[in-house]
Amino acid sequence: MSSKLTRSQIAWRIAQDIDDGSFVNLGIGMPELVANYLPDGREIIIHSENGLLGMGPVPEDGQEDGDLINAGKKPVTLLDGGSYFSHTDSFAMVRGGHLDICVLGAFQISQTGDLANWATLNNTNPPGVGGAMDLAVGARQVFVMTEHCTKSGEPKILEQCTYPLTGANSVSRIYTDLAVIDVTGSGLEVCEWIGDMTFDDLQAMTAAPLSPASDAKQLTVPEL
Amino acid sequence: MIDKRFASIEKALAGIQDGSVILVGGFGNAGSPIPLLEALIDQGATDLTIVSNNAGEGDFGLAALMKAGRISKIICSYPRSSGSVIFEELYGQGKIDLEVVPQGTLSERMRAAGAGIGGFYTPTSAGTLLAKGKETREIEGKLHVLELPLKGDVALIKADLADRWGNLTYNKSARNFGPTMAMAADLTIAQVRQIVDLGEISPELVVTPSIFVDRVVKEGGQT
Repeated sequence: MSSKLTRSQIAWRIAQDIDDGSFVNLGIGMPELVANYLPDGREIIIHSENGLLGMGPVPEDGQEDGDLINAGKKPVTLLDGGSYFSHTDSFAMVRGGHLDICVLGAFQISQTGDLANWATLNNTNPPGVGGAMDLAVGARQVFVMTEHCTKSGEPKILEQCTYPLTGANSVSRIYTDLAVIDVTGSGLEVCEWIGDMTFDDLQAMTAAPLSPASDAKQLTVPEL
Repeated sequence: MIDKRFASIEKALAGIQDGSVILVGGFGNAGSPIPLLEALIDQGATDLTIVSNNAGEGDFGLAALMKAGRISKIICSYPRSSGSVIFEELYGQGKIDLEVVPQGTLSERMRAAGAGIGGFYTPTSAGTLLAKGKETREIEGKLHVLELPLKGDVALIKADLADRWGNLTYNKSARNFGPTMAMAADLTIAQVRQIVDLGEISPELVVTPSIFVDRVVKEGGQT
């Protein structure tokens, strides 16, 4: 028995794929949860694009410092060994291929790894992109963390994105509440999916062709 | 003798012209030179183009300047923050122009201006709406977009320590755009927590060297 993952469980699953010694950027919002599940015994350095390496956990009540915030503008701490730097240096790290992994949220992902996560077709709100386009092109591996379908049940994994792109051919791996999917040169390959559904069920909830990996297995996560 | 210290924020802002391009430091409120921005309302300059990562929060600092009707255009990466109500209202009424630039490109365009570079090719935004109308070129098999320098007439930044030559240090993540903006403007004005004697900031620890800074003023005035 393995049912749809909670957001925390998706975060846990992603954290298992982050190796000891990695430099990682966790996008604003849902991807921030990944920091809670980094496996014990691995030293993983978190980059925040506003100028931090070695970002630590949320400070205790009363210890917040308005000059020490993360990319989501929330108070954080800095670990021993951490450093501060300017935006220019920070984005040299991002674009220059120095980050091992970046985890981003998504509105849509295409079968070739195009990512759309900054704007919809609704033009009533002013657009804002932040650092997402830099991260999408710069990190060595871009992991996407998302629900498999929208709240209204529409697939988010498509042959082609209909929303404006954040980056073309950017995504390496997609982690959803139903599956772990690699973006390969020959299409979307499912490495793991939940035990509650068949491969055909998963395909029916995905608007791009999937194929099972030769070593595909059940997506299992702990209760969290 | 070189002495870049100004006795008050009002004096430090003297001479800023209408129609100026002003680089404003800060990421959210960290590093935002709030007293300089608010004093600019009294200084009177208008029809300003602001370059800043965000578009202000609440009704203080950048948002207050915006509310006073002094800003005609903002160039930023992310105008929406919780509480950026004044920007959203003016944008909705068509009273302010917006140019969205990816965050790393925003910083690098200012660096290029400060470093005397006529532009650069970046993979960021290639194949997206933000590359529309821009020259592109394939470099090492990857599509790149030509981005041009972004220079300020004025930079308003917040630093931690300064000396009378204009050397600066910053505090934690409040550093953000400060060092880059300082080099990218004709007139760089730094609001600082404390002004110290020459030599008190170790030369190994100077973050922004004096050559990039024109005026320093202590928060609250006086040196």
